[in-house]
Amino acid sequence: MRRFSWFNATSLTLGFTFLYLPMILLVIYSFNASKLVTVWAGFSTRWYGELFADQEFLDAAWVTIRVAVFSSTIATVLGTMAATVMVRAGRFAGRTLFSGMIYAPLVMPEVITGLSLLLLFIGIGLDRGIFTIVLAHTTFSMCYVSVVVSSRLATFDRALEEAALDLGCSHFQAFRLVTLPIIAPAVISGWLLAFTLSLDDLVIASFTTGPSATTLPIKIFSAVRLGVSPQINALSTLMIAIVTVGVITASLISKRAAVAQARDEQAAARATA
Amino acid sequence: MRRLFLIAVPYIWLLALFLVPFAIVLKIALSDIALAIPPYTPTLDLSEGWAGIRAFLSGLDFENFVFLTTDDLYWRAYLSSLKIAAVATVITLLIGYPIAYAMARAAPEWRPTLLMLVILPFWTSFLIRVYSWMGILSSEGVLNQFLMALGLIDTPLQILSTNTAVYIGIVYTYLPFMILPIYATLEKMDDSLLEAAEDLGCSRLEAFWLVTIPLSKGGIIAGCFLVFIPTIGEFVIPSLLGGSDTLMIGKVLWEEFFSNRDWPVASAVAIILLMILIVPIVLFQRNEQKAREAEG
Repeated sequence: MRRFSWFNATSLTLGFTFLYLPMILLVIYSFNASKLVTVWAGFSTRWYGELFADQEFLDAAWVTIRVAVFSSTIATVLGTMAATVMVRAGRFAGRTLFSGMIYAPLVMPEVITGLSLLLLFIGIGLDRGIFTIVLAHTTFSMCYVSVVVSSRLATFDRALEEAALDLGCSHFQAFRLVTLPIIAPAVISGWLLAFTLSLDDLVIASFTTGPSATTLPIKIFSAVRLGVSPQINALSTLMIAIVTVGVITASLISKRAAVAQARDEQAAARATA
Repeated sequence: MRRLFLIAVPYIWLLALFLVPFAIVLKIALSDIALAIPPYTPTLDLSEGWAGIRAFLSGLDFENFVFLTTDDLYWRAYLSSLKIAAVATVITLLIGYPIAYAMARAAPEWRPTLLMLVILPFWTSFLIRVYSWMGILSSEGVLNQFLMALGLIDTPLQILSTNTAVYIGIVYTYLPFMILPIYATLEKMDDSLLEAAEDLGCSRLEAFWLVTIPLSKGGIIAGCFLVFIPTIGEFVIPSLLGGSDTLMIGKVLWEEFFSNRDWPVASAVAIILLMILIVPIVLFQRNEQKAREAEG
């Protein structure tokens, strides 16, 4: 029997208060009528109105979303390929270098990744903008995707794929019809992770962008550098709301899928018995 | 053919966008600053053939690294990054362990919810989580208002723009990275071991110290590395919450590059930062490998 004492209850309460109170305060103050962000002057949605009237924020949001969609999609394809290589390809020349290049970006400080990519883009004379941010984000997020997907691939039963090949599938068909559906949850979480990393990134985007493309984190950073801003409070509240709804929906869907799978497996077990 | 394609595409991508850029950083770290575009010399001119390559190589030297040792700003920035990262890691451990412990002791039906509550902040923007402390810690912020209303202080405390704020920011944003690996080891722990220890005469505290802590060692080490390694190169937290006297190497590199436009020195700072990080990263990898071997 596990003991659950007052001490444990206190640490959980204090711990979760610490984790959530700052964000709750941010949400509360985003509805503050006063421009002085720390003095409460009644409820108002004024800052949301100003936020949506500000073309610069809307432009930055659109740039950010495009960068995130493109980079996470390319990163998912490349990351899944890299994971397949890591788990399946066996030995080949340069394998150590390959796995080194997959793991290194995970621990590389963002300032170094950003600096090195900027120096590359300048070196080859590439115009900086959305395209270069997409290249940069794809490069570091494909490594995250490949770690997530390879852990799923490692437990995958290859006999299923061999059966598909025996039954006349081409390699690509076997991958699309058998492997992909089975590793799909990992591929989807890899995509979501890449998408979030891209949405969130300030440092690498600041290094690799040019005057033509400002992402939302860059805009937020320059707005809050000198202090708290009520518009940013409103923007943060919207982002927190989107993430919360997204994570809760995703966990409900995966829970339902797990229940359905358990039911199918039981049915299959009964049918074969 | 198919296998070659599968290997080549991600391989070439990573070579071109990870390894080559890195070689460029190393090269520029060995170059000299110049009033030109790009602002460093020498540049490699392949059109001149061997003579160009020889001229290029003879232009490289370790001057920037020597410069880093003569200006004590850089030394202090490296040392202060290491110190801030180490202290913040210990504080995060002291706060994170009881939370992970309590989660592992909670009723099984509660655990998935608690786990999600720890993971949820991780999906929320890092920048926003750091920013949320600016409104709390500023001199007319929520915390000072609260303390003054309680009558504990008369004049607002200066917390924002100090190292204290940087510590709070690091502990806050990296806490989930500490909780998750510790929770993972504690959750697997066999409770009968504790009962055995108590049957053999241990007090609860002794049993905790002699049984629980050693069994969760793997999680503690993993959590500490996961906080320590990224904190050293941190930029957002010191620049938003720290003051002008907060020295962290990520911030120094950023300023060297964007404000001073000294690319060679910024590159040299990056190379040394990486050399400092290699030791903890290798230790971390070894720890992970040991954990994997112990499991399978």
